Amino acid sequence: MKDHTTINGAVHHDLQHDSAIKQVSGTADYTDDIAEPRGTLHAYLGVGNVTHARILSMDLARVRNAPGVVDVLTAADIPGVNDISPTHRHDEPVFPTEKVEYHGQPLFAVIAETRDAARRAAELADVKYEVLPHALDPIAAVAAGLPMVTEPLLLQRGDVSGGQADATHRVKGRMVVGGQDHMYLEGQVSFAIPGEDDEVVVHCSTQHPSEAQHMVAQVLGVPSNAVTVNVRRMGGGFGGKESQMNIFAVVAALAAKRLNRPVKIRPDRDQDMSATGKRHDFVIDYDLAFDDSGRIQAVEGHFAARCGYSSDLSGPVTDRALFHADNAYYYPHVRLTSNPQKTNTVSNTAFRGFGGPQGVVAAERMIEEIAYALGRDTLEVRRTNFYGDDGRDMTPYHQQVQDNIIGRIVDQLEVSSDYQARRRAVLDHNAQGGIIRRGIALTPVKFGISFTKTNYNQAGSLIHIYTDGSIQLNHGGTEMGQGLNTKVAQVVADAFQVDFDRIKITKTTTEKVPNTSATAASSGSDLNGMAALNAAEQLKDRLTAFAADKWQVTPEQVAFLPNAVRVGDEVMPFASFINHAYEARVHLSAAGFYKTPDIHWDRAAGKGRPFYYYAYGAACSEVSVDTLTGEYRVERTDILHDVGRSLNPIIDKGQVEGAFIQGMGWLTTEELWWDDKGRLRTHAPSTYKIPLASDRPRIFNTELADWSENREMTIKRSKAVGEPPFMLGISVFEAISMAVASTADYRICPRLDAPATPERVLMAIQRLQSGG
Amino acid sequence: MAYQGEIRFLLNGKTVVLAETRATQTLLDYLRIDRSLTGTKEGCAEGDCGACTVLVGRLHEGALRYEAVNACIRFLASLNGCHIVTVEHLAGPRGRLHPVQQAMVAQHGTQCGFCTPGFVMSLYALWMGNPTPTVTEIETALQGNLCRCTGYEPIIKAAHAVNSYGSPANDHLNRERANVTAQLRALQPEGRIETGPADDRAILPADLDDLAVVLAEYPKATIVAGSTDVGLWVTKFLRPISPVVFVGHLEELKRIEMTDDALTIGAGVTYSESETAIRAGFPHLGEYWDRIAGWQVRNMGTIGGNIANGSPIGDTPPVLISLGAEVTLQKAGGKRVLPLEKFFIDYGKQDREPGDFVAAIRIPRPAPGQIDAAYKISKRRDEDISSVAAGISVTVTDGAITDARIAFGGMAATPKRAATVEAALIGQPWDKATFDAAAARIGMDFKPLTDWRASADYRLLVAGNLLKRFFLEHDANSAAPARLAIA
Repeated sequence: MKDHTTINGAVHHDLQHDSAIKQVSGTADYTDDIAEPRGTLHAYLGVGNVTHARILSMDLARVRNAPGVVDVLTAADIPGVNDISPTHRHDEPVFPTEKVEYHGQPLFAVIAETRDAARRAAELADVKYEVLPHALDPIAAVAAGLPMVTEPLLLQRGDVSGGQADATHRVKGRMVVGGQDHMYLEGQVSFAIPGEDDEVVVHCSTQHPSEAQHMVAQVLGVPSNAVTVNVRRMGGGFGGKESQMNIFAVVAALAAKRLNRPVKIRPDRDQDMSATGKRHDFVIDYDLAFDDSGRIQAVEGHFAARCGYSSDLSGPVTDRALFHADNAYYYPHVRLTSNPQKTNTVSNTAFRGFGGPQGVVAAERMIEEIAYALGRDTLEVRRTNFYGDDGRDMTPYHQQVQDNIIGRIVDQLEVSSDYQARRRAVLDHNAQGGIIRRGIALTPVKFGISFTKTNYNQAGSLIHIYTDGSIQLNHGGTEMGQGLNTKVAQVVADAFQVDFDRIKITKTTTEKVPNTSATAASSGSDLNGMAALNAAEQLKDRLTAFAADKWQVTPEQVAFLPNAVRVGDEVMPFASFINHAYEARVHLSAAGFYKTPDIHWDRAAGKGRPFYYYAYGAACSEVSVDTLTGEYRVERTDILHDVGRSLNPIIDKGQVEGAFIQGMGWLTTEELWWDDKGRLRTHAPSTYKIPLASDRPRIFNTELADWSENREMTIKRSKAVGEPPFMLGISVFEAISMAVASTADYRICPRLDAPATPERVLMAIQRLQSGG
Repeated sequence: MAYQGEIRFLLNGKTVVLAETRATQTLLDYLRIDRSLTGTKEGCAEGDCGACTVLVGRLHEGALRYEAVNACIRFLASLNGCHIVTVEHLAGPRGRLHPVQQAMVAQHGTQCGFCTPGFVMSLYALWMGNPTPTVTEIETALQGNLCRCTGYEPIIKAAHAVNSYGSPANDHLNRERANVTAQLRALQPEGRIETGPADDRAILPADLDDLAVVLAEYPKATIVAGSTDVGLWVTKFLRPISPVVFVGHLEELKRIEMTDDALTIGAGVTYSESETAIRAGFPHLGEYWDRIAGWQVRNMGTIGGNIANGSPIGDTPPVLISLGAEVTLQKAGGKRVLPLEKFFIDYGKQDREPGDFVAAIRIPRPAPGQIDAAYKISKRRDEDISSVAAGISVTVTDGAITDARIAFGGMAATPKRAATVEAALIGQPWDKATFDAAAARIGMDFKPLTDWRASADYRLLVAGNLLKRFFLEHDANSAAPARLAIA
């Protein structure tokens, strides 16, 4: 046996992503890479070219007669329910029958011998419309009298009008915050293989296999037990594959069953971006009252979101915007309302942060308002308003902040980033009045962890140990690059004290773990790690009992050592121990389960403890801005982020860095632009600009708060990491704002809207120079 | 003329002969669908994300040159006589990872992994030519590769680390250089190549005279050099383009000639091939050149193509017009030369007669006293299409402006000179007031559009401000920088 004192790949240690070697070799399979069985057909969506219209007729004869076409599917061909609404509001048909509700909405699917043939045929439909007026943004939609897509939320605490009356300063403002396309490098793709009876297997690039399964079953009119959804890995998800894969999974399955042939569907990037939802744009109206010390007295905020034509996940997304409209700040008196507004655009969806970033960016805007009104450093104003202990620890949703470490995080980063000296240097530089101005900002984030829909906070796992001592691990989470499989396998390796390599991580499949929640809300490791640990503990208990019985020792005398088991005085290799267990007919498979304790949420009352805990972080960014053109460059960013006791520091660091850059992109160069006809004109990387390597901060320091430990009993006392650091990108936005403010001697809050493209920056400078 | 009907190339070291190749067959679909080489990914099919990056080795001036290119918009027929190298060809014996792959793994440069093969190939091309790159060189090499997960930091670290895992001298593509060169020589065609069905016909003329003959026969043919624009007509717009006349292989269009008077660049010269001469002759274009598209596109796209397609937002026309460049148009009947600015008649309309092809661009060397600048404004600094591009050439004699040639892209239906602005400068003293006054006239020359790249107001404002920048950057009394540093 190996003579290890510790195992390879233990928790709390750096370990490379389990697929890294395959990924660099081009041998990691994504859904479109799966070898196609003989007879595979290809589907493509035919879409409408109007924004809002009644469908008068749809003539698909030319589509059907196009070369290579095998079949055309419309709503009439759906045997089950024509709906894929993830919240079951029945407002999202697979294919509409009466109205087109946004430009590029899928109306039918073509099935052909090749993808190229299907794509070409999909252009040939002759659809007659009665065009109706449209409203693209929430303001226009309110004016046009469009309804909300789901019920709004109200959060309130204290006496807002009293707080406003008592305050010495009051500022009202509006902030427009743009949406964001996921721009996962691997687009949507589903590949269905028909089985016997009513069965179908769908390989789908999805963060939510159970949802895809349930939608396929619903649309096909079969029970869920007939549908298997598999995903080995995604080429990125970011929320864009939490519900947006539904139409692709459903169409592939529908065609596969109808034609009894494998069917794959993969939209091109333009269709992917125009026909799937994005981060919600928000228009945020705030009414802020504060005193001379910069302390907030009362906040009223109204959050109107461009939800698109259907509800999708807009309810919980707009809820989370309100949950994060406080960021790390205590609001003595507060009233927050949401408007999940229907618009004639694609239905917006989950995206890393899930509305939270839009709430946080509004909180930071209010901090800026105070700082510029009082002539103070924004960091001072932040500190003045942080959550504290003595009666300053209650959120607008009546959850007490019990694990607050934002003060320590910010203090540490202030020193490590040399914030004060650099801020003075920035002020000195700007005082010289040159073309190039600088700005610096240190912004915090506090982010609530848990699905706000409490029942989603559950997870399952399945562990098999084979007679050779190798272990197969399954859990309900999906791998989209975040290293979830690596972390969960580390947890299992640690539990059994076996080397990481002994554990085989296989695809996520609804066959092995049922009724899973989306891998979303940063919850992947928290939930699935615990579920996997639960399965491992069950097996260890079984094995311990077996060993105690067989070798006549007490359970305490059985210990799992690195790659071995000690029973009494005897140490045997793990594999031979397992073989003994098998011989003794020990069940070597266990299903694990976990549900997050202590959380509850009463949405009607706006009260509860929706979050198990909070994750914290802070970033300090410095920028240079060209005041002739609005171009800018990030000179330096320092990050200190809290992941509790990290399961895998190097993977967590990768999440933090990547999220920061993605958040920066959201607020800088990533602009969704619709023309007045309702067409999204930034629908591919040629027109939609996510950050490049050269957009990185010129100096980029990322540290994890290694002293942090989750006070709750999370998996190995770690914290979730996927979403919280996304909001660290706000530091860049605020630094740009400061550079802009310098052109009017910091007397006017620049009120930059997002994204702060060079155009918006230059126009803000113009506005400030002409007096605001 | 005798012609060959086959396309022949090397794929990962093995000879491939294809009897029939459709003109619009992309390299990416060929790799993924026909050859099941699924390591190369499709992220956008428009040459912007780099997930499909492969290396293409080709004979250039007699030597084998490997370059990173986008397989998604590269037509297979254009690869006759080339060596296509995909990610599957990198690993050594017994699956040993290539130094680039080792560095990417060790530095945790992969998360979702979908962009990874493309990054690996770009970094491979970089390392092969420049094993110890600077950060700026790495970023320039990665302008055409998008990663949505990592934030790039670990990939940059990997790029620095590659050379510690192995030397390019030991790389198998380098060790095989002589052998591959000989094989590619043997694959060069004897004459014209014609292949593919009538409705998707590919023609590779034997030489320039043959090109003229082909175009005389097919005056409506689509001429394709680097396919960085036409590729999108096919992959995004499904536009029929047959017959396609490929010109990227024609050595006669690849000539670069520098004299005391001018730099003459053949229409088939890629941005990358012209880079050295451009930097030498026109130092002010060096930084600008690096901001044209991404590296893969610069390795394919040609200056001739950028001109011939007549786009109002092409990067090169404004800066070439300001330098007084001339374009040579050629056809079976002969040649004609016209000032580049005259070539652009209106949106989508150029002064190209039936059978004409763009043969060369002649750029006069700057005269004494001539001050040149090239500016590009875009939403994202790199690999973006300009919202406004400016070429500014101003001649100053004894403190007075004696000549001005100022051209803008993104401001009108064609790349266009700013006549009123120029007039406002000429004869005036070199000072801030002159440029402020000229900048104020920009609206008399242009009525730009509002679109997703920029609003009309921004375009006008920034175009005027670029004139101010020009003055500040070149005025002896200005000390503070007037624009952001690149590195």
